[in-house]
Amino acid sequence: MSPCLGLNSWPLCSPALRKARREQHLVSKRLLRDSDLEEARDEFPTDPWKSWRMSQRGTEKEKEKALISLRHSLQHPETQQTFIRLEGSIRTLIGLLTSNWASLQMEAARCLHELSHADQPNVAEACLPSTSYLLTYLSGHSADFIELCLYTLGNLAVESEAVRRQLLPQGIIPALATCIQSPHAAVLEALGYTLSQLLQANEAPKEIIPLVLDSAILPNMLRLLHPNPELGASVAVEFAWCLHYIICSQVNNPLLIARGALSSLGILLLDLARAASGSVDTGLDLLACPVLRCFGNLLAEEGAADAGVRADFGDERIIVAMFILMEFFIQHQPSLVPECLWVLNNLTVKDPGLCSALLSLDLVAPLLQLLPISRVVRILVLTILCNIAEKGPFYCQRLWPGPLLPHLLDILTLSDSEVVGQSLELLQLLFVHQPEAAQDFLQHAGLQALEKHKEEVDLQDRIQALQEVALGGSSLVPNALALP
Amino acid sequence: MTISLRSRLPARVRRKMQLPPGLLARLGPGPAGGFSESSPSPVPQLPVARHPIAGAAPFRFVPRAQSLPRGHPLFEDGDIQRHAYLQDVVQRVSQGPEPGRTLPAFGCSVAGCPQLFESLEAFEHHYRVLHSHVCASCRRSFPTERLLDAHVLEWHDALFQLLAERQSMYQCLVEGCALRFASSRQRREHLIGTHRYPPDFRFDQPRKARRPGQGQPGKGLEGAPEPLQQQQEEAEAMEVCPSAQEVPSGAPKRTYSRRIPATICFGQGAARGFKSKEKKRLPRSETHPE
Repeated sequence: MSPCLGLNSWPLCSPALRKARREQHLVSKRLLRDSDLEEARDEFPTDPWKSWRMSQRGTEKEKEKALISLRHSLQHPETQQTFIRLEGSIRTLIGLLTSNWASLQMEAARCLHELSHADQPNVAEACLPSTSYLLTYLSGHSADFIELCLYTLGNLAVESEAVRRQLLPQGIIPALATCIQSPHAAVLEALGYTLSQLLQANEAPKEIIPLVLDSAILPNMLRLLHPNPELGASVAVEFAWCLHYIICSQVNNPLLIARGALSSLGILLLDLARAASGSVDTGLDLLACPVLRCFGNLLAEEGAADAGVRADFGDERIIVAMFILMEFFIQHQPSLVPECLWVLNNLTVKDPGLCSALLSLDLVAPLLQLLPISRVVRILVLTILCNIAEKGPFYCQRLWPGPLLPHLLDILTLSDSEVVGQSLELLQLLFVHQPEAAQDFLQHAGLQALEKHKEEVDLQDRIQALQEVALGGSSLVPNALALP
Repeated sequence: MTISLRSRLPARVRRKMQLPPGLLARLGPGPAGGFSESSPSPVPQLPVARHPIAGAAPFRFVPRAQSLPRGHPLFEDGDIQRHAYLQDVVQRVSQGPEPGRTLPAFGCSVAGCPQLFESLEAFEHHYRVLHSHVCASCRRSFPTERLLDAHVLEWHDALFQLLAERQSMYQCLVEGCALRFASSRQRREHLIGTHRYPPDFRFDQPRKARRPGQGQPGKGLEGAPEPLQQQQEEAEAMEVCPSAQEVPSGAPKRTYSRRIPATICFGQGAARGFKSKEKKRLPRSETHPE
């Protein structure tokens, strides 16, 4: 398989996000806002400083209204900047946050949340003195308040390493490990979000992920991956992304396999395929995307085969699930098709059982239907076919004759040397294991198709070798016809 | 859970894939099925017979499972959608009455607490803040059980004071840290130095404040350095704590609250929080005449 799959050619759905992703600073914050937004805007003074002064005197109800008004003002970047420069403002806000008057506490937390969502890093960093309290409140408060604290912490965590250097010693991981026992879906989703923000940090593999793997978070995370009717799929989405960031860091993937993560993810993919077959568009891809990545990367682990995983995947259902998912995604979320193919590659690399299943269930033709989609898809499809052909003549007999020849001839008309190179690899495996393939190839003007690429340095040797085999005079395949 | 990204994909990439009929049935029954269960009619595995020349030079194919790093280009689109999802989604904080959940104003169930609520969420939050972790001796309320436990031991447990003179008894306040210290001052230093807690952490108050800066480590009765003490007082001054004598504006005062002296609490009654005694003696109307 090619070491680099290259960029795929799906349409740009957000140029700004794409640019940020390529420049490796794609970060996002989540914003919680309530429904009283519009009604309150007219009711209260819009001067933030008047609101701020009012929030420090008067009755609790007046203070609360003033804080609501202030919160609305804090949605504007200019007000945020002025507010954080106001002497003692954050300290006073923290005083309100830690007060015993519940409604004031909630409003103060919402003001902090608005600040945590700011684009300007200095605004979020001004909130740093609040983190010890936000963390304290994660154990033993109302679900709404914990949710708000978690989203605020998640927004702050992504801001800078300086923030995380404070959150870690303040015990964010043990606090999250306690909080993950919560029965509230909103709390768990917020927790997953906060954790995923931490796990994306550059220093996460060294400083954060080992702590997470060592904590009670891990077993709970694996449990929460499976969506259930009470919690809903959005909790599973957040924890699947957490697991993706953990697995990509390769800190201790054998541990995850030993804890049953691979098998758990496989069962989840079967469930997702069942859901895909019966649904129109349910946002299934939101969960499928991180789950596919976790599954694919764990399959590539050295120890995966030794950990009894092969026994787990001894049937063809995972192959069926991958095709049903691809059929769904090709209509609803085509960018996930290459990810499915990558998983399919990792499944078929070493497992003749799964290769046999793919052949017996007549799934080669659907696979070939994907070829026109993009360059990455072509490389992946050809690679999967190579995985199958490489297993020997019994496999090649199922590949040839069939629809493969016209598709390969089509590919040879392309000028992409990586794609053509991969098709040459497949042709060689077929010619070696299934000599009729070489004859068919000759009869369909295959040699002329090869001629087109003869000048390409990277392909020359392989084209020459293939021509010799096809013409039957090659010493490269001395016993091609006398295979067991 | 829905997301609006689909409409942005142009029609040209919408293709179809024809799967063989009956494939779905191969998935087997129900979501509970594990991989070890036998599938509908297992497909026999074909014998493997690799030819040694397959993939030999000048060919280079080797079947290889590939692990992809987080930043791999194949993951680009999925990452972008993840972030679009995070940025697009605006969630609702359940605050105030929501459609179908509107309730007539109701009072706190704790005797002596005058607060009124219009939603269960507001009541739940109030209850957690004020009545969940309350010291039975002094009525102070704490945000967590750990902080309440530490307070009860350090402020009201005579045995603790005796033991504290011999061994480290002051438990760290941070969730997940099991360290204990000889004095609350040492613990405070630990909180600041190791856990990067603010020096004026509001839920770490020494039992008795002696003269500023004259703490006696090991005695458990030391006071905080002067600046810290001042900061705490400022913080306290900002705080608002409902008691039996305080009623939020707009909430009709309950008649029985007048009959109950401020010094008497029932069960998990109205808690004092960290309110100073001085402040408590003054009725709210005197502090802030309206």
